[in-house]
Amino acid sequence: MSVLSVEKLSLEVPGKPILSNVSFDVGAGETVAITGETGSGKSMTALAIMRLLPNAVRKTGGSIALAGRCLEDLSEREMCKVRGGRVGMVFQEPMTALNPVKTIGDQVAEAVRIHSGASRTEALNRAREVLNRVGLDETQFPLGRYPHQLSGGQRQRVVIALAIAERPALLIADEPTTALDVTTQAQILELLKGLVDEFGMGLLIVTHDLAVVAEISDKLVVLRSGEVVESGKTGDVLRYQRHPYTRALLEASAHQAHLPEWQASDTEVPLLSVDAVTCAYPVPKTSLFARRDHFTAVDRVTFEIQSGERVGLVGESGCGKSTLTRAILGLEPIQSGSIKIDGQPPHEVRGRVQVVFQDPYGSFNPRHRVSRLITEPFHLLKDPPKGDDRAARISEALTAVGLEPNVADRFIHEFSGGQRQRLAIARALILKPELIVLDEAVSALDVSVRAKILDLLADLSAKYHLAYLFISHDLSVVRSITDRVLVMKSGQIVEAGVTDQVLAEPNHPYTRTLLEAAPVLPDFSSIQEVSNDTKPV
Amino acid sequence: MISYLTKRLASLFASLLVASIVIFTVIEVIPGDPAAYMLGMNARADTIAALRSELGLDGGVLERYLAWVGGMLVGDFGTSYTYRTPVADMIADRLWISLPLALYALCLTIVIAIPTGVFAASRRGQAGDYGIVGATQIGVAIPNFWFAMILILIFAIQLRWFSAGGFPGWEKGFWLSVKALTLPAIALALPQAAILTRVMRSSLIEVLGEDFMRTARAKGLTSWQTILHHGLRNALIPVLTIIGLQFAFLLAGGIIIEQVFALPGLGRLVFQSISQRDLIVVESVVMLLVFAVIMTNFLVDLAYAVVDPRLRVAR
Repeated sequence: MSVLSVEKLSLEVPGKPILSNVSFDVGAGETVAITGETGSGKSMTALAIMRLLPNAVRKTGGSIALAGRCLEDLSEREMCKVRGGRVGMVFQEPMTALNPVKTIGDQVAEAVRIHSGASRTEALNRAREVLNRVGLDETQFPLGRYPHQLSGGQRQRVVIALAIAERPALLIADEPTTALDVTTQAQILELLKGLVDEFGMGLLIVTHDLAVVAEISDKLVVLRSGEVVESGKTGDVLRYQRHPYTRALLEASAHQAHLPEWQASDTEVPLLSVDAVTCAYPVPKTSLFARRDHFTAVDRVTFEIQSGERVGLVGESGCGKSTLTRAILGLEPIQSGSIKIDGQPPHEVRGRVQVVFQDPYGSFNPRHRVSRLITEPFHLLKDPPKGDDRAARISEALTAVGLEPNVADRFIHEFSGGQRQRLAIARALILKPELIVLDEAVSALDVSVRAKILDLLADLSAKYHLAYLFISHDLSVVRSITDRVLVMKSGQIVEAGVTDQVLAEPNHPYTRTLLEAAPVLPDFSSIQEVSNDTKPV
Repeated sequence: MISYLTKRLASLFASLLVASIVIFTVIEVIPGDPAAYMLGMNARADTIAALRSELGLDGGVLERYLAWVGGMLVGDFGTSYTYRTPVADMIADRLWISLPLALYALCLTIVIAIPTGVFAASRRGQAGDYGIVGATQIGVAIPNFWFAMILILIFAIQLRWFSAGGFPGWEKGFWLSVKALTLPAIALALPQAAILTRVMRSSLIEVLGEDFMRTARAKGLTSWQTILHHGLRNALIPVLTIIGLQFAFLLAGGIIIEQVFALPGLGRLVFQSISQRDLIVVESVVMLLVFAVIMTNFLVDLAYAVVDPRLRVAR
């Protein structure tokens, strides 16, 4: 009998269906992945199983059974025993998923106490065991640690620990690695796999990342707008791609933007030159009379970007790439070295360098219209365009990013994530800059939207002879959109070179680690041909 | 933690020093000579000069400041210009009413506001929540002396459970005194409780949307356990800030209530001293209130650190 069986589950917010007739099973020791794009209902499926749906969402049909027992029939009290007891859940955002004012020991022990009624000491002992099991050993991570003293990956281990403390029959993981670095992601996936094997529990993993799906799951359910378009053995679904939507998702995941050839210009002065730049932060003092220590976020970094060149900057969180970006934009004081844009300091030529940030939701003022939002860089000009001239510039920028000029009167909440990112690019383009800094600019987007934005960036680069500094943790994106790549670790650039070369034959061990950790979609095209050949016609 | 404490203490002393200088300077530049005021219109210049010297008003500015601060450090607040009695005694008498009254009112405020705020937050958008929010609206809008008069009407005049005013003195019996302070404390507490309820409610509503609350539910806690074990403590920081401000207000701002209930408290003392140009009393009471406010802030800072481990590092 399967651990979890979801039968024709339908959900709606009044008037709008969220899920319709979703069915799948999870067996003991089996890993099932649910994938789909934003709004496909994959997280709602997970919350529906836990009976923790938001108040506005109603179940309109279907049933969910855990080991043959229908969950709807349970009282809320019984359901509390199921949550954390029979079913554990791990969430996307490890940074906020733990209570900041309680120690990790207490939080794991609480999960034990409410289910087993163990004494405090017993519960803490059990918490210790579980934390050891998820890789947080006693010496480095005593029970008295608070969440803010741990990194994202470590916190995710704590969340996993409290989800598995009672050895549940089913573990639900909602985008468990999306917020993590590639190397941490690899470790967490490894941990989850190990736990499934050891406890024989079912794992239901919700993820938008097909590479993760391919790596971890046995079965796959593909959702689109609340409907299952395809499901089956992961290998088969990905290999045969019977449904056009599955195929589209896979193509978008492996998308290569058509990047126009970069021609080195003959000018001697590089567009951007970063010369032995060091940025340091003061760190909180450990005692009142201690000398103030500094943390060197960027350590003597040197590189250049030529006019029209597209350069990638990769590294894990905390490696200093954001600090370096801010320094280039003139937003961060530097302790030594120099940053020159076309021979001048950055704050004097702000208009020639523009930026696109990661979060398409947080980087616009919600009370301003598009026309005002995208013309904000005009503040940098002594004589900003007015009247018809201004309108012409707005419509040019909007057209350039593939939007209708008449959206200029709308507010930002009327746009989707992908459209907002287009607006962010329009805002960066409006001053006709020479360099655009893209800080994780496509990381928050769905694969299909991401593919389109990457195409747009490639086109714009050709059309306006734009140089990019493309900061990303995603190697496949960097491969697709850059000519050269810089690999950053602990504030230093450890490897630099032509993108294809560096990613194909990395010299530095750290680059190799990054590449090995990044999950990759198996290349199904060749396998498909073979299977076609062997099939009797 | 030790370092955090040292830092807070250092800031406490610095604030006291700055406050004493500011208060002294302000009182110094206020027009009007206490000696001339005390002796009346027809006093002779040499009589005024003699009184000035007796009151210690004729030294240099620095000298007088040091004498004032030095005196306060050993508990000598000087002699009242009007009553010719030690200021320290006058303040002490009044403090025995104002301090218990403020603490009493603060306790009532907390006891009313925290459960009500938590309840309203847990019923967000439902009838109970609307009812509480409406009630707090009224509580904030109505001034406390109005409540005071209503309370006197009901409980003193109609039901005759309490006396309408006055204070028997602590030596006449603890419970008798507490009883005398009850109506004033309620009148003081109601508007404050209304404010604190709203802060508690909105702070908890914000916390209810946090990811870790969902984690707690997924662990198997009931929705009430989640609120009490995980929500409350996280929602407490803004509440503590307001409680600190309210205590300072209750200590110094009880003057109208003291007037309504005929309580000889600090507020009335300040009021009388100002109208009589008894500047040394004003100076001392104001300094005392500043001290109380700064001490309260210090305690609130400590409470922050107890509640939130992330604040235990010195910055």
